[in-house]
Amino acid sequence: MSFYDVTLVLANGFIISLIIFVITLLIGIPLGLPIALCSMSKFAPLRYLSKTVVWIVRGVPLMLQIFIIYYVPGLLFGNPIFANIDRYIIDNFTISNSGGLSDMILKSMGGLCAVLIAFSINYACYFSEIYRGGIESISKGQYEAGQVLGMTKSQVFRKVILLQVIKRIVPPMSNEIITLIKDTALANCITIPEIIMQAKNLAASKQIIWPLFYSGVFYLLFVGLLTILLGRLEKKLDYFRS
Amino acid sequence: MPVFEAKDIYKKFDKTEVLKGVSFSIEEGEVLSIIGSSGSGKTTLLRCVNFLETPDLGQFYLRGNLLFDASDKKGISEKEIRQKRLHFGMVFQSFNLFPQYTAFDNICLAPMLLAKSRPDYKKNKAIIKDEIEHNAESLLKKVGLSDKMDNYPCQLSGGQQQRVAIARALALKPEILCFDEPTSALDPEITVEVLAVMKELAAEKMTMLVVTHEMGFAREVSDKVIFMDDGVIAESGTAEEIFGNPQTKRLREFLSVMK
Ligand SMILES: Nc1ncnc2c1ncn2[C@@H]1O[C@H](COP(=O)(O)OP(=O)(O)OP(=O)(O)O)[C@@H](O)[C@H]1O
Ligand SMILES: [Mg+2]
Repeated sequence: MSFYDVTLVLANGFIISLIIFVITLLIGIPLGLPIALCSMSKFAPLRYLSKTVVWIVRGVPLMLQIFIIYYVPGLLFGNPIFANIDRYIIDNFTISNSGGLSDMILKSMGGLCAVLIAFSINYACYFSEIYRGGIESISKGQYEAGQVLGMTKSQVFRKVILLQVIKRIVPPMSNEIITLIKDTALANCITIPEIIMQAKNLAASKQIIWPLFYSGVFYLLFVGLLTILLGRLEKKLDYFRS
Repeated sequence: MPVFEAKDIYKKFDKTEVLKGVSFSIEEGEVLSIIGSSGSGKTTLLRCVNFLETPDLGQFYLRGNLLFDASDKKGISEKEIRQKRLHFGMVFQSFNLFPQYTAFDNICLAPMLLAKSRPDYKKNKAIIKDEIEHNAESLLKKVGLSDKMDNYPCQLSGGQQQRVAIARALALKPEILCFDEPTSALDPEITVEVLAVMKELAAEKMTMLVVTHEMGFAREVSDKVIFMDDGVIAESGTAEEIFGNPQTKRLREFLSVMK
């Protein structure tokens, strides 16, 4: 297999990695906020519930969480949702074996859904802790200064607190985001054809190992890009200190 | 009639009684200084006046009208508190400027937000905005910082930040301006510039309630002085009476330590 062909196969795989990356962020970033608010709630049962969930999700390997989400509905409740999704797709779509991107996605749709759920919950919990730390690090004086100026609590949060929190969470969020793109490789544990899976398949079928190492270049380039973009965002918020 | 009166204010945190029946009044245009050793409850008293803490007992009167009564079982809504707060301005020891806004925007932010709830806001948007910005400019001029209006707090010295904070409090045209040790976070040579602004306000007959450790300032500027000790007013009187002829042993001790 030529270098060009391998690149093509791996690139397709990396697009699936990117899909997991983007959707996890789209769900995880907003979902982290209600979890953070629950963890800071004055209502103790809600606070404990939220903190327990976060503790479990952060304390168990993500790979195990993928297995749990993927298999437990079928094993425990007799309702294998993700297998059902796959069956539905096989029944309603014509899938060729050409190895094209859309065929690959369709074929692994059930597993992909499970992965996205596991990743979104997992990352939302990590983000929630970052949000909580950020919100709690803002001094009480900022809230009080806003309040004595007659602002409502929501005005204080939106106009005074929010941007300061964002400034503080950008560096830790950047770390998580960079970790996320590498974590997407875990999806291969339920045979989602992301880039590592593709490289492993080549190793098995074509007896070549170098594509596995080559796949690292994709991650490296993307992480480089992320580093530049997130660094720019951080710079943009450099105009004030809090 | 006093512009503001506090009657028998009690406040405790958990088990510690911090205010044990504090009463005082302040006349229009007066400067009332509150002195006393650390932990005597000065900050707590000022925070009660600004509704940052709720007294357990006692009343506040504004121009003879009941403003707040702790025994009012109904409690007061957020909205009412917000409105009542506007009678007072507060300058904090730690400035508490909003770091992401320039000096100018720090001053304009709250007035702009308040203006949005005015019924005529939509119609007179441009005029109202103009008015607020014009006011902010003249306040910055008054505190001597016209050339710093576009600076962010991190680009200002402590004294300059505190002067912006004073201008920000003044922007809402409070009837009574409260200060909680406005200079104690500052170097001595910078303290002067903040005190100068406060003296100017006093000369313009701004009603002020000042918690301070600056005995020279308290003596020079105050019409009345309150000495707090362990949650009660141990002694009060004119500046001359308090500093010139202290009656209690505690006050004499306090003054000799402060020198
Ligand atoms: N939120 C709080 N919770 C518990 N205790 C508090 C709280 N705020 C103040 N106190 C206690 O109340 C007492 C009086 O505090 P306060 O800050 O009013 O004193 P102060 O006269 O302003 O002192 P200082 O000169 O040091 O500023 C102190 O013993 C303090 O520990
Ligand atoms: Mg104090």
